[in-house]
Amino acid sequence: MLTIEALDKVYKTGTFGTSDLHAVRKVSLDVQRGEVVSLIGESGSGKSTIGKMVLHLLDSTGGSITFDGRDVTRLGFRARRDYYRKVQGVFQDPFSSFNPIFKVDRTFETLRRSYFPRVSGAAWREKLEEALGAVSLEPGDTLGKFPHQLSGGQLQRLLIARALLLDIELLVADEIISMLDASTRIDVLNLLGELKGRGLGILFVTHDLSLGNYVSDRVVILYKGRVVERGATAAVFDDPLHPYTRDLLASVPHLDRTWEEVEAEESARSARLAGRCLYHEALAAQGRALGDEVAAGNTPADDVGLVEHAPGHFVGCFRKAADEECPAGV
Amino acid sequence: MTATQPAAAPGTGTEATEAPGAALAPSGSRKPGGDARETLYFALRNPKVVIGSVVVLAFLLLGLLGPLFLKNAPMDYAGPPMAPPSADFPFGTTTFGQDVFAQFVAGLRSTFLVGLLGGGVAAVIGMAIGFVAGYRGGLIDELLNMLTNVVLVIPGFVVLIIINAYLGVRSVPMQALYIGVFSWPWVARAVRAQTLSLRSRDFIDLARLSGVGVGTILRREVAPNMYSYLFMTFVLLFGGSILTAASLDFIGLGPTNAMSLGLMMNQAVQWSALHLGLWWWFIPPGLGITLIVGSLYIMNVGLDEVFNPKLREM
Ligand SMILES: Nc1ncnc2c1ncn2[C@@H]1O[C@H](COP(=O)(O)OP(=O)(O)O)[C@@H](O)[C@H]1O
Ligand SMILES: [Mg+2]
Repeated sequence: MLTIEALDKVYKTGTFGTSDLHAVRKVSLDVQRGEVVSLIGESGSGKSTIGKMVLHLLDSTGGSITFDGRDVTRLGFRARRDYYRKVQGVFQDPFSSFNPIFKVDRTFETLRRSYFPRVSGAAWREKLEEALGAVSLEPGDTLGKFPHQLSGGQLQRLLIARALLLDIELLVADEIISMLDASTRIDVLNLLGELKGRGLGILFVTHDLSLGNYVSDRVVILYKGRVVERGATAAVFDDPLHPYTRDLLASVPHLDRTWEEVEAEESARSARLAGRCLYHEALAAQGRALGDEVAAGNTPADDVGLVEHAPGHFVGCFRKAADEECPAGV
Repeated sequence: MTATQPAAAPGTGTEATEAPGAALAPSGSRKPGGDARETLYFALRNPKVVIGSVVVLAFLLLGLLGPLFLKNAPMDYAGPPMAPPSADFPFGTTTFGQDVFAQFVAGLRSTFLVGLLGGGVAAVIGMAIGFVAGYRGGLIDELLNMLTNVVLVIPGFVVLIIINAYLGVRSVPMQALYIGVFSWPWVARAVRAQTLSLRSRDFIDLARLSGVGVGTILRREVAPNMYSYLFMTFVLLFGGSILTAASLDFIGLGPTNAMSLGLMMNQAVQWSALHLGLWWWFIPPGLGITLIVGSLYIMNVGLDEVFNPKLREM
């Protein structure tokens, strides 16, 4: 449904855009209906930038974003309005998502004015209560309140309800759990699972590996703007290949195994993969299959591509930052 | 700012005792723009705002209604020359027997007109540029910023003198326009800075996700967060325009077809009112300008207290 290909973002910083910040490098991923795809990466890796480009809140520098086969990289005002009927976002900070001087109702009112100007007051009220019901909120507890009178979890669910008022097909959820406390976290996570069951595609942005593991069908691991590994959640979590993914996973506690088991497994894997780069090995193998000239010319130093190591499990060059050397010395 | 601190303390005290009312107000109706009642509630309890607005309104009423009760036109040679204040001529007469009170009332009208128009022009230009620059960012911002800085470093008063001297200023509105055109840069800068910080807030992105346009976002999401600030800005611009106009008038570059408080002082000096002891000729306009501008600034300090959310969130 959503397909991102070789998406690039360069921020111009400094006066008159004198310096560049390459925040997103040739990122490719896709999200299908009824599927949760987690975009995992540490803070500053470019996750929000990708989310905002998908939501057409930021212009991309290169690459393409298509939705149901239609290019949505550059949209006019009308086309963008139509796009937002199907694609919506919820952001990290629920308190900053509401205009603090107005009651929360206004957020819904804005949506109504924009998309449902002809819906009667009663019909709208009904629709609103239905959406609030879907996120397990009581209209009486939440409507007519100011943002500071509600909890982060309530606000976050109001925002999801807002997205549900439009019959959306894709939800970009940018760290929507991070600011919530543990008790409300699980509610929102379960809600996402339910939405997925209804056929919604969700791009779930998070810096928290265990959250990614919990909700998602597939994961995309981002490091400094580059996708280093992606694949089915189980494949990536059971057999992490890229050094960055392995570091990340090593720092996550496993409930089903003891520390020693995990430690042993990881050190075995590290020993096996040390000084190697599966990406360049795969390219070299392909090159040999096609002829030596191809092998020589096919690996530019700034290559940020991926190879399919196992079916559906992709991995990039084993260097960490995009401008480092490949550990295999290619 | 520091000078106003001690004065601000009593205001804070008042607010504290009014806390129950404050707690009730937000849960009441605060629809779009509907917090006016609450604001008014605090404004009417702030002595600075009350005193400032009473003085300004009193002068405004005098300027508006005064001419209805006057027998003499401002420039008529209506009575004995150099007469001190009396029942017939409450502010006395000039060297030529003109009614100073009639001139004063007419001057008040010009003063308010200059304040309103000059402040209005500056506010409109400054806010438009500030909103667009802050919201759009990028190249548009750079260009508008450059324009703002250019106008900011131009010595506005000197340019006004030159414009007035060479182009001539015949009417008060024309003078107000010139003043407005040179006094907006600080407004643009302040509005831009505030817009910039608001733009990165998620609720702006959410409004965009609701499919509404830039104009609507600025009007419905950005500006309401700055209403109090915009209002205070206008009060300051109003006072500033009056002061600039008075200075120009005083040095003889005022409108040629109207009376103004600055012009009265200019004529008083020209005809040696000081030496001749005709204090009633220059004291009223001088005091009038001082009181109006001073009250506006005091009002502004009071409004700052009224609008300060820290004083309301109790
Ligand atoms: N508006 C911006 N201008 C310049 N640089 C930005 C801007 N927004 C984000 N960045 C930079 O881009 C990088 C990625 O940011 P972001 O997408 O917010 O990361 P994440 O969401 O993964 O924490 C960071 O280095 C950040 O400093
Ligand atoms: Mg982020």
